[in-house]
Amino acid sequence: MTKNVDAIVVGGGIHGCSTALHLCLAGMKPMLIEKDYAGRHASGVNAGGVRQLARHIPEIPLSIRSMGIWEKVAELVDDDCSFESHGQVLVAENEEELAVCRARVAELNGLGFTHEELIDAAELRRLVPAVAETCPGGVVSRRDGAANPAQTTTAFRRKAERLGATVREGVAANNIRYRDGRWHVEVGSDTFAAPVLVNAAGAWAGKIAADLGEPVPVETVAPMLMITSRVPHFIDPVVILRGRKLSFKQFVNGTVLIGGGHLATPYQDRNETVLDWKSLATSAQTVFELFPVMRSATIVRAWAGIEAKMKDDIPVFGPSSRHQGLYHQFGFSLHGFQLGPGAGAVMAELIVNGGTQTRVSDLGIDRFHPSTLQNKRTS
Amino acid sequence: MTLAPKREDYDVVVIGAGPAGLAAAATAAEAGLSTLLLDENMGPGGQVFRAISSTPVTDRNQLGADYWVGADLVQVLRASSAEVIHRATVWSLDRNLEIAASIGGASAFVKANRVIIASGALERPFPIAGWTLPGVMTAGAAQTMLKSSALVPNGRTVIAGQGPLLWLLAAQILRLGGRIDRILDTTERGNYLAALPHAFAFLTSPYFAKGLAMMREVKAKVQVVSGVTELSASGDGQLASVSYVAGRRRETVPADLLLLHQGVVPNVNLAMAAGVEHRWDDLQLCWSPVLDANGNSSVAGIAIAGDGAGIGGANAAVVRGRIAARAAVEALAPASAAKLVPMAQLRTDLAKAERGRVFLDTLFRPARQFRIPSGDTVVCRCEEVTAKDILDAVAIGATGPNQLKAYRRTGMGPCQGRLCGLTVTELMAQARGKTPQEIGYYRLRAPVKPITLAELAAVPKTEADVKAVVRG
Amino acid sequence: MFRRSEHDQRPPVQIFVDGVAVAARQGDTVSAALLASDVDARRSTAVSGAPRLPYCMMGVCFDCLVTIDGVGNRQGCLVPVADGMQVEIQKGKREIGK
Repeated sequence: MTKNVDAIVVGGGIHGCSTALHLCLAGMKPMLIEKDYAGRHASGVNAGGVRQLARHIPEIPLSIRSMGIWEKVAELVDDDCSFESHGQVLVAENEEELAVCRARVAELNGLGFTHEELIDAAELRRLVPAVAETCPGGVVSRRDGAANPAQTTTAFRRKAERLGATVREGVAANNIRYRDGRWHVEVGSDTFAAPVLVNAAGAWAGKIAADLGEPVPVETVAPMLMITSRVPHFIDPVVILRGRKLSFKQFVNGTVLIGGGHLATPYQDRNETVLDWKSLATSAQTVFELFPVMRSATIVRAWAGIEAKMKDDIPVFGPSSRHQGLYHQFGFSLHGFQLGPGAGAVMAELIVNGGTQTRVSDLGIDRFHPSTLQNKRTS
Repeated sequence: MTLAPKREDYDVVVIGAGPAGLAAAATAAEAGLSTLLLDENMGPGGQVFRAISSTPVTDRNQLGADYWVGADLVQVLRASSAEVIHRATVWSLDRNLEIAASIGGASAFVKANRVIIASGALERPFPIAGWTLPGVMTAGAAQTMLKSSALVPNGRTVIAGQGPLLWLLAAQILRLGGRIDRILDTTERGNYLAALPHAFAFLTSPYFAKGLAMMREVKAKVQVVSGVTELSASGDGQLASVSYVAGRRRETVPADLLLLHQGVVPNVNLAMAAGVEHRWDDLQLCWSPVLDANGNSSVAGIAIAGDGAGIGGANAAVVRGRIAARAAVEALAPASAAKLVPMAQLRTDLAKAERGRVFLDTLFRPARQFRIPSGDTVVCRCEEVTAKDILDAVAIGATGPNQLKAYRRTGMGPCQGRLCGLTVTELMAQARGKTPQEIGYYRLRAPVKPITLAELAAVPKTEADVKAVVRG
Repeated sequence: MFRRSEHDQRPPVQIFVDGVAVAARQGDTVSAALLASDVDARRSTAVSGAPRLPYCMMGVCFDCLVTIDGVGNRQGCLVPVADGMQVEIQKGKREIGK
């Protein structure tokens, strides 16, 4: 028997959960389908960076929108998500890198964005006292911060459920098809139907899009992270580098997270990754050079989450260019966590109102497939 | 004595130099395969034959004949061409059979055609109130000190729990002149009846006569309280007393040292981190790898031998080591297999060594209240998370051990769940009305033992070091 | 808590625990030497500061963590003593970068 719902969201990552939550807030009763459990993959195991800093220009409006939600996230989901705002700092390791930073901030200012601020060596040292003394400056985004990704994703899922969303974990969405004005999805032995389908399936979303006739240039990647044992507090902001792959963050409990985008080999069908220790050694080497105090810290665990990376590093976000009632929300290319809360809010606006005040037009799937729909989208 | 592996590639890498690892490495090397044995301890022997080459306890009767069997295994290994490195901590193994080991503060990487994991067992967590107090240790800990340093308990000592090792330890302590004030036997009365149908096999096994003699030896000298159903330790920053209930009687005894033991379970961390499939064993109440008759796991090229393959004891471990190694020889150099003991003979040996195991597993199946704690009893020693904390997290939506990490950080400390994993699985299973198999276990990750950032930074890197910047 | 058997003939080794000389024997692990001595070897945890002593002595519990010759968070039960070795009992989070 087919059960009718208002919308079907495929994928229980931060994006799917946020969209389900915001659809509930708009008065809809969505259904969320997750093949494993909410936050099992990249959304639950990423670095937790809540970052507007160093973003691609097309996604900055969405990032700013999201930041506003992050700052009141406890009001939204009844859970502080361990969100803390100590800023994020991009470190330039030499004068050439600082020059690139200067040009970037000027470019953003020209576009009307003021969240990134150029800093000199003295301000860098004030914000990050432990950084190597040779670094001449960098960029800070002061409202940025970090959150606990698994806690956050879980909190969004739980709040969505409390507001009336139906959450199905441990079963995949199968045989997705459009018939008689509704999207039909098989979930185990049940079939659900809704006028709206949101494809937020992360590393598995590209296949869903392709099966529906909208292939996009996307690959599955697994960025690696490692974490240390607890060490005394020595740094507040999240630190990323201009020239080398590194992100660096100390949690309140003292552990230090080291990431930056070195990739493991994903085995998507098995939900498994094989780590590349030689690349992680490169991250360790970078930390060794940049934060001498970290040299005797111990690495207690390393891992990688599976996610989708677009060839142009820009997410696919917005209505389908081929099908009524289909929306895409994937391909966040290693920087989707911060966007999650805002993207859910904007997606709900697109679905319910047919448009949004937040500029997301550069993120559409129509950059790969010119729209064939009669009534083009209104955003 | 710090040495790095001589080669980058080996036919067979054996991990762990206990009974299974010693036998496996000797067998593989005997057949002419290039063989590396990596072991974390200072010398060969694992736990059961710990310090076999160096023990200061030279009176053979004190540690017993079963212990000295290990010396023969070491002799055979030393006569072989196997390369052996001690104080080598394997911290990563993946499905490509790439192994990373920390040796003397530097990491070495080797590749194997076959890996035989012989990482053995560890003592089952015994989460009672006060088990984190200084002065509370495992019985195995005391035995380790006894074998390797001839150390015996000195202050007021209580031993609590059940199982063959407990009686062996007590006998060894007494033989060396150590002190035991009381033994609290937690074996459930009902277990005797349950084990009865398996008694015949046990009666004809080598364990029976030895076990009985040892219990008699201990009971002649120490007060033994049987039927203990409650147990706790207390003290202010140091163990001061042990309380227990036996029959309907509650008693508190002053104590400086409490030694706990309720059996051993496979040490699964390395195998699980490598991706080896495990299943919940309802009889042994632990996770055991899914293996074929030769010890081959779900990951091609990785076999598991010894107690890590499911608890079978030292004799079975030796045979399983030989079987796994023989299977590796048959795969890599079939012509050389003829030199080795035939597989049919090994299978007969294994059946003999495993005789009586079901009886022991049934008789010494630990009681629920000593596996699944409640209230303020600490479950995760590293992150100091209590049973109540975990149940609270379950109540607000934590569905399994991995989701629980987001709420309470259980299993995220340096021990990586070794001392809390089984408890967390069973506790959550009970709370959610599911089976342990349905609840599952922590996803384990390398490094399976922590390494310093400096050590990792010093690892040789490749061309791929400098790539375009991708942000996380 | 533990005492040495009178039959132990191993050669003596001297280590220093927080600067104080402690007699050990060749082949002892650091943790065994500490437990055989009179020193208060209780570390305090990085989480709550609770006191702990080694629990398993076989490399799995990490309650034996000590600083050895300046390197922190080492498993004392896996490291053999050596003459002149400097051992520090860890209190709270292991300091880094000193």
